[in-house]
Amino acid sequence: MLSYAVRRLLYSVVVLVAASFLVFTFVTLSGDPLAQLNIVPNLSEQSRQNVIDAKHLDDPIPVRYGYWVRDAVTNQFGTTLLGDRPILPDLWRVMKNTLQLVLIAELFAVLIAVGVGVYSALHQYSPFDYTATTLSFLGLATPAFWLALILQVLVVQIREETGHLILPISSLNSVDHGSGIDFVLDRAHHLVLPVIVLTVASVAGYARYMRASMLEVINADYVRTARAKGLPERKVTMKHAFRNALIPLVTLVALSFGNLLGGAIVVETVFSLDGMGLYFYNALLANDPYRVMAWLMVTATMIIVFNLVADLVYGYLDPRVRYD
Amino acid sequence: MTELGYEAGVVLETRSQWAYVRMRFLRHRLAVGSLVVLILIALVGIFASQIAPYGYDELDLENASQGPTLEDWHLFGTDQLGRDYLSRVIFGVRTSLWVAVFVALVSTVLGTAIGAVAGYYGGRVDNLLMRFTDLVLTLPGLAILLTASVFLGSGEPLQVGLILALLFWTTIARIVRGVFLSLREEDYVDAAKAAGANDLRIIGRHMLPNCVGPIVVNATLAVAAAILVEAALSYLGLGIQPPDPALGRLINEGQSSGFDLWWLVTFPGLVIVAIALCVNFVGDGLRDAFDPRQRRVRA
Amino acid sequence: MPDPILALRDLTVEFDTEDGVVHAVTGVSYELQRGEVLGIVGESGSGKSVSMLSVLGLIPVPPGRIVSGEAIFEGEDLLKLRGRRLRRIRGGPVAMIFQDPMSSLNPVLTIGDQIGEAITTHAPETGESAARTRTIALLELVGVPAAERRADQYPHELSGGMRQRAMIAMAIANDPSVLVADEPTTALDVTIQAQILEVLKAAQRETHAAIVLITHDLGLIAELADRVVVMYAGRVVEIGDVFSIFDAPRHPYTAGLLRSRARLEAEGAELEPIPGQPPSLITPPPGCPFHPRCEQSRGREICRTEVPELRATDAGAEHLSACHFAEELGARE
Repeated sequence: MLSYAVRRLLYSVVVLVAASFLVFTFVTLSGDPLAQLNIVPNLSEQSRQNVIDAKHLDDPIPVRYGYWVRDAVTNQFGTTLLGDRPILPDLWRVMKNTLQLVLIAELFAVLIAVGVGVYSALHQYSPFDYTATTLSFLGLATPAFWLALILQVLVVQIREETGHLILPISSLNSVDHGSGIDFVLDRAHHLVLPVIVLTVASVAGYARYMRASMLEVINADYVRTARAKGLPERKVTMKHAFRNALIPLVTLVALSFGNLLGGAIVVETVFSLDGMGLYFYNALLANDPYRVMAWLMVTATMIIVFNLVADLVYGYLDPRVRYD
Repeated sequence: MTELGYEAGVVLETRSQWAYVRMRFLRHRLAVGSLVVLILIALVGIFASQIAPYGYDELDLENASQGPTLEDWHLFGTDQLGRDYLSRVIFGVRTSLWVAVFVALVSTVLGTAIGAVAGYYGGRVDNLLMRFTDLVLTLPGLAILLTASVFLGSGEPLQVGLILALLFWTTIARIVRGVFLSLREEDYVDAAKAAGANDLRIIGRHMLPNCVGPIVVNATLAVAAAILVEAALSYLGLGIQPPDPALGRLINEGQSSGFDLWWLVTFPGLVIVAIALCVNFVGDGLRDAFDPRQRRVRA
Repeated sequence: MPDPILALRDLTVEFDTEDGVVHAVTGVSYELQRGEVLGIVGESGSGKSVSMLSVLGLIPVPPGRIVSGEAIFEGEDLLKLRGRRLRRIRGGPVAMIFQDPMSSLNPVLTIGDQIGEAITTHAPETGESAARTRTIALLELVGVPAAERRADQYPHELSGGMRQRAMIAMAIANDPSVLVADEPTTALDVTIQAQILEVLKAAQRETHAAIVLITHDLGLIAELADRVVVMYAGRVVEIGDVFSIFDAPRHPYTAGLLRSRARLEAEGAELEPIPGQPPSLITPPPGCPFHPRCEQSRGREICRTEVPELRATDAGAEHLSACHFAEELGARE
């Protein structure tokens, strides 16, 4: 088991390195980092040259890549294009905020989806099933950014009517957040709408998948065998059907993590949350390849780690893949 | 030999596979209804210039910022510059739809080709191609699209379409590859080879037809996904940009007056949801139609 | 005959499908005597599995439906049982072995876990170690070497034959009086089939259970069965003891089956399959279900209009056939 994990990690590192070179080349070739500089009025030639020297913009790409790697590994991913601000501390800060948001949403999504999916499968064609299916389809057809906006519109309209702002519609915290438990509550309050949006985005797909998986399993031969042994129906469902039906969902959740982070980009932008998504968006608008690269590397690493954890969970649930 | 058939109660009716698929699809009322709605929407998009009551950029400052009303055909209201919103949405639908269909088609062709090659040849070719898709998949799709948009430049629907297609092909490639990998072992492939068929022929005539179901379903669902992603990109300002109309762009611009002019944000989104919903229903219906394992039983 | 341990009377089971109502089993009656091996022979779709599955309530309802009939076991009609009373029968006095051990065993639970489950379900007071001891003893009984190690393995780690042995062990765990084996060797290699046969015989010696052997393989019947029930298109067409059935079949379908076997002695002769196709179970032909393919019938009207009753033949009072002209088969011998 351990050697499997280690092998996977090593393999991922290779992929990561290859990806980083490709992306770096792509980003460097297609963007002109000096474009941002050129719009700054009254920029002296010396300042311009300083930037070129500092960022080695005159050197060939592989050399620049080398410098980037050095910076990435030893110098906190280096500094931003303009302003020379160290990248890693900022990135670390926003990463923590985003992880909070994303992991909470994912947890809700999985729990709700499993409950709804299993119940729908066991009560196929019931009103609950039809309602759940309809809602799932709606959820899958709704753009996350639009849902976020609609929720904001709703809250604002409610405030117009009643004078109360029932939920914050932007930022991670209020200006006058307290500390300790007050801070946590304030943060939680601010995360309600963003979490709702991200959860809706995920839960629809998960629930349908869980339902389909459960339906397939309850018609399986081994479920019939369990019944033929005289097991009570609930045990047949839980111990035999459910556990097998859960396995494919793990794969789906793992594969969807990337989508979740993509959703975070959109959600954080709409709700003005100080997270990775907004960071990335700003970095792109600023045409700053160093921030963009750093972000991509960190995100790729997060996804790889997440996938590895998912693989381990999968191996725990399904003994057929344990010793690869 | 005795005459059979008539008395055995066996009803022998041969239908082609396509007829079966069509028959099963038509049983899904929801899918059929959605298809009708989609065709209507597509027609509205195609004949946008004729159908839209106003021009896309027709200013009318006297009637600015009005809510939805039945007067003067301002069913979706007007924006801050008095432009009729229904018309703007109609033009936006045209762009969004054709970009989405374009993305679905291009990514399907690309994905099928790559998946077929990977699955058929297997071995190192497969490995190489799969490692490449792995690379693409290690990063969040939206992030890659945004990066590509910024650094490759975007704004034109065609550019956006190409960028999206370059990401969308991976899903269909995986599926086709999977089918091919399993079909490779089938005896009829060996038989075809023994009869002297070359690789292209085998892929095209013997193996590809088996993938038609998943390919068609996936292409359909890709249309929905493409609409949603393109809307997000345009909303963020990195997709289709003015002067080309785009629903996501409309939503973004609708935000600028705060949330008082709620219809500016709501209607384009509702249209997106409607289109995506219909496409998904059709895709679902197609999936059931192609899948011979019948699970629906008459109650 | 002495009183049977299980008696099916007039069982009729239907399924609702998109294409219509499937009459899977119609008016089926047969008896299982204590300690005997009763073979049920028929092609796919003959209803041989459905009749037994209905007895244990393993037919999904809907789309299935038990329209009428009884299944008397130890004085009780099993078809009327529900809930806990039915569950006490399943896996206890009446146990079942299924066709494909790979798909019939839960892939994420160990063999020992699954066999132990069979034990503790019917004897909840059994402790974990007692259950494990019994599990290992059962595995040894069915001939699984290194039983202790195997008990902790998963189904995918065992070979096909081993898995089927495990299934048999699971079925006999609670000393059943009726053991139903549904195509126990169909999914296995021929060499393994012989071994499983031996295991079934050993199982019977151990439990003195009556075995219902459902199969389409006549060779298996010849090896193991004491009496035979022949089914076609959801009906019973012939019942008799195995020698009588093989030597003196009294139904054209049975005769056709026996004739269609490939035999070593018949050098150079062509295979003689039964002409035609099995009938649709949604719109079965009127009269005798076999008549469209029956050479014996020669298109006689009664075959086309009246369903023949199962009645005694000249081959013996215990040899029954559902054919209007059973005697003509006897005359031809």
